Amino acid sequence: MRITQGTFSFLPDLTDGEIRAQIDYAIEQGWAIGVEYTDDPHPRNFYWEMWGNPHFDLHDSADLMREVLACREMHRRCYVRVNAFDSTRGFETTRLSFIVNRPDYEPGFLLKRHEVEGRHIQYTVESYATQAPAGRRYE
Amino acid sequence: MVEQRERYQAGVMPYAQMGYWDPDYEPLDTDVIALFRITPQTGVDPVEAAAAVAGESSTATWTVVWTDRLTACDRYRAKAYRVEPVPGAPGQYFSYIAYNLDLFEEGSIANLTASIIGNVFGFKPLKALRLEDMRIPVAYLKTFQGPPTGIVVERERLDKFGRPLLGATTKPKLGLSGKNYGRVVYEALKGGLDFVKDDENINSQPFMHWRDRYLYCMEAVNKAAAATGEVKGHYLNVTAATMEDMYERADFAKELGSCIVMIDLVIGYTAIQSMAKWARRNDMILHLHRAGHGTYTRQKTHGVSFRVIAKWMRMAGVDHIHAGTVVGKLEGDPNVIKGIYSNCRDSFTHKNLEHGVFFDQDWAGLRKVMPVASGGIHAGQMHQLLSYLGEDVVLQFGGGTIGHPQGIQAGATANRVALETMIKARNEGRDIWNEGPEILAAAARWCAPLRAALETWKDVTFNYQSTDTADFVPTATVA
Repeated sequence: MRITQGTFSFLPDLTDGEIRAQIDYAIEQGWAIGVEYTDDPHPRNFYWEMWGNPHFDLHDSADLMREVLACREMHRRCYVRVNAFDSTRGFETTRLSFIVNRPDYEPGFLLKRHEVEGRHIQYTVESYATQAPAGRRYE
Repeated sequence: MVEQRERYQAGVMPYAQMGYWDPDYEPLDTDVIALFRITPQTGVDPVEAAAAVAGESSTATWTVVWTDRLTACDRYRAKAYRVEPVPGAPGQYFSYIAYNLDLFEEGSIANLTASIIGNVFGFKPLKALRLEDMRIPVAYLKTFQGPPTGIVVERERLDKFGRPLLGATTKPKLGLSGKNYGRVVYEALKGGLDFVKDDENINSQPFMHWRDRYLYCMEAVNKAAAATGEVKGHYLNVTAATMEDMYERADFAKELGSCIVMIDLVIGYTAIQSMAKWARRNDMILHLHRAGHGTYTRQKTHGVSFRVIAKWMRMAGVDHIHAGTVVGKLEGDPNVIKGIYSNCRDSFTHKNLEHGVFFDQDWAGLRKVMPVASGGIHAGQMHQLLSYLGEDVVLQFGGGTIGHPQGIQAGATANRVALETMIKARNEGRDIWNEGPEILAAAARWCAPLRAALETWKDVTFNYQSTDTADFVPTATVA
């Protein structure tokens, strides 16, 4: 399967040039940009690991691209995403978030059905990858 | 004004003389201001008509009453302070009326509207009356809860950023069994939509009881979440005959783990405010379908403009509101729609007569409402939709998903690919308004579902004249 989180997951994986163009756009908007990675892509895992603090007051996408490439190199078997944050009043939140690296094989998720009273079912979504301990997933 | 003794003599007196017309009045920052379009009966003076509207929507009755004198009646009288002809519409006048804050109960749309659009709309000396816009003072806004979730928090909960959300309404809107209905939901969500939606008139009918629908829909939602790794949702319509029924349905939706429920505008302002409080208490996104509004918002001379309804709904507290598409099958002049979207999404809305916005409006930190564009739109219009409506909007392609020749999943994929392609191109600095069709055609070369969608709906447009248009248009200047 292919996890379709992020702004561009239905498109072919972005090339480095395309990633840089999106970073340029975020810089133009005055947004801060951070790189994050995880080996637990559960849709409600909101806190991926931060590859350092977000970068503020950027002028040149080259600096950020170096971070993206370094993170990707170190975590080739993880999901890596680029997040852009807007501090403007009324937003103060993420404005753009897209995946820039994914594992070669994505096992996807198990849907667990816990049957309770009546026809009621309690659902749990579980990432197959997290059945292995952290650090040994996607090997 | 006339002397007090004369003023309170028994009998009938023009409203203007009773104190409901005051051209020198300077509205207070704490006043509620309403702008009405009035069409007086033949022979009725527009100023007197405006004063009558002010009177009938505040303290007056048809005759003088001495009991006024037991109150600080001047404070409670609404004051018409400005009357001007509507450009290009003979016999119609814009009348500005200010209301003291003390006239209204805190946090109650029912109370606000009982005055502003109460008896006055049936008043005989007027041929027609329309509430065009309102300025709500910050002091009054702060007594309202507002949207239980708001755009920012909704996006954070769903983990979806940088693009409009995508939805579809299950079709046919009536008649499917619960099991078949859930099938449509699953296919559309798995194919790439974020939300699927009950239609406004899906409640609990013989062909599908509400509990059955909820159970099948949540199976579909969870299955699609597992298949994609994304948060998915289905707007479960909790509209019902009584508040007790609605709470029962909403509680069941929550028990099943739904992230969103929906209500129809026809349930009424008080029921909407009750559901808004319920939604805030239960971490639920609240979707509002504006069923019924067309009966009073569409004609320009009589009723309430939708930009006012949108304002009231932001105060009452809904997270989503259907607000027009511009290009789709339903009423929507581009300028008027822009004004409505501003009321939903701005932190501060600036006066803009071209958009039908007559007042500056400070939203006092009230959360933002996500507008929903739904009705007769398809993937081939993506560049127009994005240009007109921006990023914080739910684009709903019902027929444009379910009617896809290769199936529902393909329809959803076509829409999602078209959307992501267009966002990417826009961010890269492309001129999507002009290059949109080429950008879509390029994506269609590698995406077969998009290719089929563009082919199927390439000539579909709904080019009809809008009835609800702005009265002020920019005048072309000679260069």
